[in-house]
Order: sequence, then structure tokens, then C-alpha cells
Amino acid sequence: MSARRLAKEQPTEFSFSAENLEIAKQQIAKYPEGRQASAVIPLLWIAQRQGDGWLSEPAMRCVADMLGMAYIRVYEIATFYTMFNLSPVGKHLVQVCTTTPCWLRGSDDVVNACKKHIHEKPHTVSEDGTFSWMEVECLGACVNAPMVQVGDDFFEDLDGPKMEALLSDLRAGKNPEPGPQNERHSSEPMGGATTLLDKEIYAAQGEN
Amino acid sequence: MLQDKDRIFTNLYGLHDWRLPAARSRGAWDGTAKLLERGHDEIAEVIKESGLRGRGGAGFPTGLKWTFMPKEVGERPHYLVVNADESEPGTCKDRDIMRHDPHILIEGCLVASFAMRAHTCYIYLRGEFIRERERLQAAVDEAYEAGLIGKNAAGSGWDFDLYLHHGAGAYICGEETALLESLEGKKGQPRLKPPFPANVGLYGCPTTVNNVESIAVTPTILRRGADWFAGLGRPNNTGTKVFCISGHVNNPCNVEEEMGIPLKELIEKHAGGVRGGWDNLKAVIPGGSSVPMIPKEICDTVLMDFDSLRDVQSGLGTAAVIVMDKSTDLIKAIARLAYFYKHESCGQCTPCREGTGWMWRVLERMVRGEAQVEEIDMLYEVTKQVEGHTICALGDAAAWPIQGLIRHFRHEIEERIGAVPAVAAE
Amino acid sequence: MPTITVDGNEIEVEAGLTVLQACEMAGAEIPRFCYHERLSIAGNCRMCLVELEKSAKPIASCAMPVAEGMVVHTNTPTVKKAREGVMEFLLINHPLDCPICDQGGECDLQDQAMAYGVDSSRYDENKRAVEEKYMGPLIKTIMTRCIHCTRCVRFSTEVAGVEEIGAIGRGEDMEITTYLEQAVNSELSGNVIDLCPVGALTSKPYAFSARPWELRKTESVDVMDAVGSAIRVDSRGREVMRVLPRLHEDVNEEWISDKARFACDGLNRQRLDRPYIRVDGKLKPASWDEAFNLITSKISAVGGEKIAAITGDQVCLESMKALKDLWSALESPHLDCRQDGTPLGGGRGTYLFNSTIAAANQTDAVLLVGANPRWEAPVLNARIRKAYLDRLIPIGAVGPQTDLTYPHEVFGAGAQTLEQIANGQHTFAEKLKAAERPMLILGQGALAGPDGKAAITLAARIADTNGMLREDWNGFNVLHTAASRVGGLDLGFIPADGGRDTKQILSGCRSGDIELVYLLGADDLPEAGDKADVFGEAFVVYQGSHGDSGAHFADVILPGAAYTEKHGLWVNTEGRVQEAKAASFPPGEAREDWKIIRALSSAIGKPLDYNTLAELRASLFDAHPHLAAIDDISPGDISSIRALGEQSVGQLSGDPFALPIKDYYLTNPIARASETMAECSALFAQRQSDGKVTGTHG
Repeated sequence: MSARRLAKEQPTEFSFSAENLEIAKQQIAKYPEGRQASAVIPLLWIAQRQGDGWLSEPAMRCVADMLGMAYIRVYEIATFYTMFNLSPVGKHLVQVCTTTPCWLRGSDDVVNACKKHIHEKPHTVSEDGTFSWMEVECLGACVNAPMVQVGDDFFEDLDGPKMEALLSDLRAGKNPEPGPQNERHSSEPMGGATTLLDKEIYAAQGEN
Repeated sequence: MLQDKDRIFTNLYGLHDWRLPAARSRGAWDGTAKLLERGHDEIAEVIKESGLRGRGGAGFPTGLKWTFMPKEVGERPHYLVVNADESEPGTCKDRDIMRHDPHILIEGCLVASFAMRAHTCYIYLRGEFIRERERLQAAVDEAYEAGLIGKNAAGSGWDFDLYLHHGAGAYICGEETALLESLEGKKGQPRLKPPFPANVGLYGCPTTVNNVESIAVTPTILRRGADWFAGLGRPNNTGTKVFCISGHVNNPCNVEEEMGIPLKELIEKHAGGVRGGWDNLKAVIPGGSSVPMIPKEICDTVLMDFDSLRDVQSGLGTAAVIVMDKSTDLIKAIARLAYFYKHESCGQCTPCREGTGWMWRVLERMVRGEAQVEEIDMLYEVTKQVEGHTICALGDAAAWPIQGLIRHFRHEIEERIGAVPAVAAE
Repeated sequence: MPTITVDGNEIEVEAGLTVLQACEMAGAEIPRFCYHERLSIAGNCRMCLVELEKSAKPIASCAMPVAEGMVVHTNTPTVKKAREGVMEFLLINHPLDCPICDQGGECDLQDQAMAYGVDSSRYDENKRAVEEKYMGPLIKTIMTRCIHCTRCVRFSTEVAGVEEIGAIGRGEDMEITTYLEQAVNSELSGNVIDLCPVGALTSKPYAFSARPWELRKTESVDVMDAVGSAIRVDSRGREVMRVLPRLHEDVNEEWISDKARFACDGLNRQRLDRPYIRVDGKLKPASWDEAFNLITSKISAVGGEKIAAITGDQVCLESMKALKDLWSALESPHLDCRQDGTPLGGGRGTYLFNSTIAAANQTDAVLLVGANPRWEAPVLNARIRKAYLDRLIPIGAVGPQTDLTYPHEVFGAGAQTLEQIANGQHTFAEKLKAAERPMLILGQGALAGPDGKAAITLAARIADTNGMLREDWNGFNVLHTAASRVGGLDLGFIPADGGRDTKQILSGCRSGDIELVYLLGADDLPEAGDKADVFGEAFVVYQGSHGDSGAHFADVILPGAAYTEKHGLWVNTEGRVQEAKAASFPPGEAREDWKIIRALSSAIGKPLDYNTLAELRASLFDAHPHLAAIDDISPGDISSIRALGEQSVGQLSGDPFALPIKDYYLTNPIARASETMAECSALFAQRQSDGKVTGTHG
């Protein structure tokens, strides 16, 4: 990571939509009186979502004003936490985990798929505006490696061709099913769980 | 092998319904009020007796940690903060607990908060776990709805509020004091200790920070008894543990197993064995990226628990087993971790801020063979200059994987550099 | 009191101290970069590592509180190795550009590298380069040199109270900056230059001017405000190169205001370096004799009844004493040291900052009356902020809204509100009563207006009726803005019986009752305009250092010395007598001010009876013994405050209080001559008109 800078071109202003303002207030209400600064990350996150996936400078000031924080403090936070995108991203932000557990299982192929179908360079919005991609650190789905996060969802158990297919589905406006892109349900071993097979323990559960 | 009836996370894979009625049928929220009737200190005592050690990596005895909280609530309220900032490379167990068995965790939050006289608990999830957050929030809403938490939680007479909070991409927030800073709306920079959180924690109030898994197992321990839990595993390394097996195995997976299970058994029984067979194994990082790797010879026999792994100069950490077969470029595998630590260093203290970047750059050159053989010793010295000199454990975590590499695979670096190994030269 | 062992020496130390402090007490020197006594503990540089027995790792001594029985080692091979390791890390990305670095010769990193560094580097990678950040006209940044100690961040947040400097990014990419690289909006900003242990933040105006070893260092006192901060004046030849703070725990701790630090370029500009006489409306160079002869002839022509003297804000005791003696020899009752027209005078207690400046740290309630301490006494303001941060004390204000660095409530604009408080009709009175150490701070803004007399009377009454006037605590405080004011009042440089005060002198000039007025450094009179508008036909003598407004009115100019060019005494707002030492010489034919007056007295034929500074001071101390106690405060008397409070308050005009300082950077002739201050002023004015705010105050 090199020093993260604010985008040169910024919108002139930012204010929360009525709906987001409500959500923001709910966030603030989680914390004790006088501790509203605790809500800074959630509020910046809401602001980023409202702002097409990136956090503008006016949005930072808006959040700072709402929480009674100095602008520099919010600026520090926006640049410290890497999920805050300080410049525009594609409609689908593809975050490829390339940390060792994913790398061991072929994240290079996933990166190559992104280079091929999105842009040679990360942090660059594709020509059609649909995508941008970036490498990220471990996303915490290591037994389903390699994996990517697209928007809110994890797509797991990928390889090069599966990643290409995922990107073309997204480009085509389809809604691919998140989770493992093979036959697995979640984190159980491929081919079926080796544990939790004793029906007794689910006896009370009935038909769940 | 652990029997299914002794498994705590019976919906680890999400093959069953996560919702409240189903969770109840699997045993969650069963007589919670009765559990709380035992009283604050008695609960902590049971957890102490169970031998439960923190599941977040450091392995500190959970019950003991709880007893550090003041016995009386003074002017400052007590807090429980649950560390769900699961970000240690290789680790993905808390995610499964939160998305597949959220009620176990929520019940644990109530039990643990009650034990520590906290009326409020925050669960700090890593920001990337958006779907997990949605799922957990839905479960929290169910629990409120059912009166299991909130005023007079579960009919216990104890008022209890539970809130979800999230980060936004910073591994360091898994360090408990950095997490508290972040929760207070600041940069996630670890605090100086003392004071410890049990005295001065969230908002300056007595606070305990526990890992998701540590908290989630507590109701079951209380229901089944300290003896049951202590009877699993080995002395000082008791109970069950969710292992995450990733890397070069045939079937990567999460699995709840008994502490002290042999590494080889764990991999072969649950993960379908090492790709290409056990003899194709080169090394394993047994406890998440922060612990030193161990070579195959050690893997052949080592047991998966805190003390056994410590004895082989590694650690159980988060029990995230990263398996690397003979095809692995170990230097690159570790260089990538070094990059991770450089990327995640908060920048606060000198050795970590400057050292992580230095170590990564040297390793990157070593991957390409562009280094001098003397630099291996220099790199080792730099890791020693970082280790033990930083505010938090991230410095150690950055140093240890490199030390593990040099300790066990120095010859690979030498070969890469093109230096003739000293022995062969003679 | 815990007992701990440091390097084998057992010592008893106060509980609550850090291991670092204890080690220092035991005589063990601990290197540090981030630690600073007056800032919160960061513990981030890791240079102060020591070995603690029973601790597996070396500990950061700055952050570890002492505990009974600790055994600490500061000089073991382990400690040395740990520190060498830290030093190496600090240097790998440091540019090592000492030859072109202004910090050279006074750099902590340079010094410590001598002890813990090695002569070669084994860091083979590219060094980090960090872009410079704009921080305004005062602070120059070379951020590649930054070692991330965060002292500047902590200072601005904690002491200055402007949350404007921060550290963005993280890890090795962490960078110190202000929000969007705006100029730091603080009157204390220059202190970060002193705090920066390396050459990352240096003085912009002083850039590449001198090396520390070339400078002559003179201990002196600041006269830019009435705090009297302890300063060190660094000069080379005749030129003052820079001004730095000196430690004075009771006054300025170790901070100084930006004006005290950066106005010094004004000492070299606009100087009056020879006498002038106005001929046909134009000022023409003249000799001392010509100037003196002209003044003598005027004075002898009009006599004592028709001459008057007004002194300015930066005049030393000695020159006021000489002028007062001369005026009494000339039998003139018309003299005033209050060029702003305030009604101060009388019992010393009624015009001192009685609580003392240091006591502002302990106060538990503050009522500001017509004062903006942020501009009038920035160093004092930092103490009030500290009191606020420590105890969240209630702070109320009567007067205009100001941008202070702590939350405060403004109750009203003028003397009526004071009346309400004095009558107990205001809730804040209860807060004052409940407080143990309440402070009322009465500014010149309340005193200079039409209700000035009422304001001070009501203030005294509030103090009396709310338990502020006690043997153990005097909470009645007049905050002066002029360095010379308390001294002038102490000398009695106010109208004698039948004499005129400043406003009456000026009106007398216009009515013809006063025909000669002597302005001793008086450049900030309450009236402005052409000479005829202000002085009518009167003959104006101006004695002073700068070609400012006083000189503009003058018929004769006598060039004097600035505060750095003479030995002189000043009395600060709390009544502390302090001595400034000459760091340099007056330019050209300019002379020390008391000598000018002494020479003039001879020319007039009324020679003053002292010929040396020592004789003058002996005479001064004889008349005013309390002024002989340098650095001491002779406390004000409570009874005079009580008596004042008992006076009746007439009809109030109802005018709101108007603060005396309109532009912090341009309050005196030196500052107005300073290019640096002009730049700050322009920037500040720009900001005002943009309505830009850079953040909220915590």
C-alpha cells in the first residue's frame, strides 16, 4: 500500500439521503451519550455506499459535523481503514484476496482473470464502468480459497475459468449465487462433512 | 476423534437452519436463566475450571481473564466486547459461527456479560463480513424479540443490551486495545499497557475483550459442566476447537475437533490429506499466519494444542492450519505474509512501522534470488530487533513467520540466492 | 512512595511517576523522541526501552508507572542493543540530509545517533520519500525527515486546542498533515517546531538563516502581550535571527505565542534610526541637538500645564520612570500609561491578574468578561484549556462570541449581564459560588468602553460576593494586553491631581488646552485619523523604535530602542517583575529610551538625578521597593478590590463590550513591521472572509 490520497475531483457537497440519515441515527444510538464518535466508521461506510462506493471529501466533513468531530480526525480514519475507497470505483468492486492461503490455491489465476476482463491495472475503472478490481489482504474465507469479494458478497472456491465466468455473468447483469463456486455448501470438506453426521444430535430439530 | 455429541457447533456448516427455533432445538438458549442463577462469580469459576483458553490466538485462560474485572460495579459501567474482527490469514472459524450458529454466540454474550456484571456488549465484526453482519443482526433481532436479550434477558432479571459494531479493513483491530480504540471512533492503534482493559477499557470503563469462539462455547460449558470440557483434550489444553485447514490439502475445511488431535490425523481425517499424499508435505503453518511454520518432520507427530506447538517453537494461535506441499515456494509464501504485515502495521511504533517494510523488501529480493547470503543473518537480526520491542504483538507476528522460515528452510534461501551451501563447498 | 532500584541504586519516588522519570531522578539518562513532559504519553518511538526484572521483554519506560520493588536496568547490553535497533529503524528511512537541515546542531535524532547509531547502513532498499505538506507561513515541512513521534499532533490537539494536525494513512505510509494541507490556525503553532525532535517541522521564516552555533543567545522577556513569556533571543551581529521560548513554569511553561516567536523580523524593518523634525509638513532628518532644542523651546514656551505625556504598550519601567520624573520636574499633571483609555489604577489588587497565571491550571470555574484570552494571552489560554480538559470546568463569558479552544457559554454582551450576575440573578453565580478556585478574568475589552468603570466595579462586586476574595485565593483578575501596563500603573504613570487622562489629553490637544504631547512608544491611541483630527494644533513628540502611527503624527521623532536592544524591566499582568537583557543594539543613532529622556532633561535644564541605569534603577526601587524583587510577585491587596466593588454603578450605556484585538498578528509596532505577521494576518483575514472553519474544538 502506498500513501492513500483523496481523489482530485470531488463533488461539491454531500448530505445523507433521508433513508440513510435514519440508518445513521440508528447507528449513533448504539453508543452511550457523548460517545457518538464511535459511529464514525459505520457512518463513513453508509456515506460510501450512498456515494457509489467511494468516500468523497464532502462526505467526510458531513460525517465529522454530524458527530462533532474535527475534520482531521475523520480524515485520519478514512485513510487508515482500507475499506474506504478514496477515489471512484466500478459498479462492481472486485476485491481479490491474494494473501498466502489464497495464493497457495491459485489466487494468481484469479488476478489474471481480473486483469484480462477488467483492466490491466488495479484501482482502475473498466471502460464500461462496470468493474474495478484490487488486491486485498486476507478476507477470512481461507478454507474456501481462492476467493473474491464483489460488493457485499464472497465468491469462493474459485479458479481462473470460474472467475472469468463470474465476471462475464456480472457484466451480463446476472445475479450469480454467492458462496462456493463448486459443489460445496460452505466450509465443510468437499464431498461431504466428516463430522456432525450423528442424527441423534438433531433429533429435537425435526424437519429443519 | 471427537464424537458428534461432544461438538458444540452443531451447525458449523450451515446445513441446518440458523434461526432461533432451530437453534433452540439444537440446545441453544436452554435454561439460560438457570445458568445465570449460579451467580456472576460462580460462572467465571466454572469457566476457569473448564480450562478454556482464549480462542483468538494468545490462549490466555478465559475464566481468569474474567476475574480481572472489578467485583463491584462502580460509577463506570462494565463492558464485554466480542472480538469478531477475524482477519488472521488462514482463519475463518468465527465467520461460520456467526453466520451458521449465531444464537450460540448471542447466548454466550449474555452469559459472559452477566459473569462480568456487564449490561452492555458490543460485537466488533470486521468490515468485510457484511453478510455475516446481516445474519448476526437478524439473530440479535430474534433474540430481542423473544425476550432472550434486552430488559430482564431470558427471564434472568438481568438487563442486557447487545450491539453489533463493524470495522472497515484493518487487521490490527483484532488486537484488543486497537479494537477498543476503533470502537471509540479512532484509528485502530493499540494502547499502551498498563492500564489493562479490565481497568480502563472501552470509554475508560472496565472491559473484557474475548474472541467469538471463546464466548460461544461458554453456555455449553456451563450446561455440560467444567469437567466435561476439561475432560476433552489434554491438561492445560482442554476442550474442543474449531480448526481451519487451508492450503495444499485435498479438501480444505473447518472442523471442530478435540484439542491435542495429532496434526496428521486432523489433516488426513477431515481435509482429505495433503495434496499428493503425506510425503508430499513440505511445511505447515499450524496456527494462522503469525506463528512460525514447522517442517514435515515435526508435522508427522506434533499434537495440535497450545503447549505441544509451543514446544516445537511454533504456536496454536487461531488453529488455522495452512498446509504447504513440496511444490510451494516457501520464500514467496512468507514474503507474501511479510507484505501482509507491512500492509497491516498501524504505523504507530517505530520497530513495526519501519521493520515490517524492511523485512518484506529483503524477502522480495530473496524470492528473486537478488540478495547476499549474509543478508539471511541480517534479516534474522532485523526480525529480532522488531520482536519484543513493539507496543503490541503485531511486531512479533511479523517476525515469527520469517524466523520460522530461516530456522527450518535456510537452505532454500541460500539455494535461491545461488550461494553454495557451506557444507557442500568443502 | 514506592522504592525502586535503578542500575543498582535504590531510590524512593513519588507514586504515579513513570519509570522514565524515576530513572532520570536516579541519574540515569533515558533517550526519547516521542515522550514529552507536557504532552500525553504516546510510547511510540520505543527509544526509551529499559530492562525490567521479571518482565520478559524490555519495556518503554515512558509509559510504565513505577511500582514498589521494581528493579530497572538502563545500561545493560540488552538495553543498548534494543535502542540501537530502534535507532537503526529510525534512520533507515531518514534522509540523513543533516548538512542542509535547519535542525542540524540541535537535533535529537542527530544527538542520539551519536550514542546509538553506527557509521554505515545495511539498509539496501530505496528510502521512503514523503511529499511536503503545507502548514502555513510559519511552519516549514520536510516530511521525509519525520520519525512519526506525533508530538505535533498531540500538541495541537491537547495544548493548542486546535484539532488540525493529524497522522493519515497507516504503517510506513503514515504521514503527518493538516486537513487538506490548510494552515494551522493557532496562535501557538510555532511550538511544534520546538517539539519536533527532527528537522521535519522547522521555522519557515528562519529557514537557512543561521546555524545554532553562530548565534549569541540572550535570555529575555517577551513584550508582545502582558504575559511576559520567558524567551531566548538568538542574534548574530546586530540582527535578531530568532526568538525561542525559555522554560518558566509559572509563566509560559515552555510555550510562546506565534507573535512572540515570529514578529522578530519586524525588529529590522521600519526602524527609526535617527531623529527627525517636521519642516513644512515633511519629516526631515535632524541631529539630536536640533531635536532637543526644538522640544526645549516648545516646552519652555508653553509650561507644565499645557504639556502631556502618553506611554505605549511595550515601554520598559526605566523609560517610564524617567519620563514621569521629568514630567514632575516640569510640574505637569497630565500623564497616562493607559493609551487605550481604561479606568485602571489605584490599589494594586484592582489591576493585577491576582490568581497568577499558573493558578489557571487549578481553577474550577472561569468567568471571562470582555476578554478573548486566545488572542490576548495565548499561553494563558492554553492553561485554561488544560483546566477544562482535566476537570471539565464551567466557563462562562460576557462579551462578544469568540473562538476559544474550549467549550464556553456566552451569557451576554455587556455590563447589564455583569449586573445580573452581581445581583445573583444569573445561574452562573451559583457555579462560581460552588467553585473552590473560581476565576473572573476581566479583559481590556470591558474596560475601554463607556461602561468600563461600571464593568470593573461590577466585576469586583461579583468577585466579592461569590467567594473569590479570600486569604487563600484571589479570583479577581485583570488580563492586560500591554506588556508595559502594570509597570506603568505601579509607577503611578497616571494623571496626577487635576491631570488629564488619555482621552482628555487628546481632547485638550484639540481644544488648545494642551499644546505639546509626548508619545513614548504610544502607537495605539483610541482615536485615529489625520493629525489635526486627533491632536488639533498640538506639537507632537514621538519617541519610539518604529515608524508606526505615533511617528506618523510626530513633529519631532526621537529614535528609541526595541525591547531586544536594551536592558529593561517589565511587570507582567500578574505583577511579576521581569528583566529583559539587551541582545543587540539600537540601529543608527537610536538610543536606549531612558538615556534619551535623561539627555532631554539636561537640554531642558531639569536634569534627572541619575546618570547610569544602575542609578536609575536604584531610584526606581527606592520609590517602589516591590519592583526590586525580580521574578517575584508582590500580591495585590484584597481590600482595594472589596472597596472598589462597594462603589456605586451609575447609569449603564448598554454598549456591548468590544474586544481590544481586531487582528492578533498586528497589535504593536514591531508586529506591524513584520512581514511574517503580515502574511499571517492576510491569511487569517482571508479565512475570516471565506467563513472557512477547519474543525470543531474538543
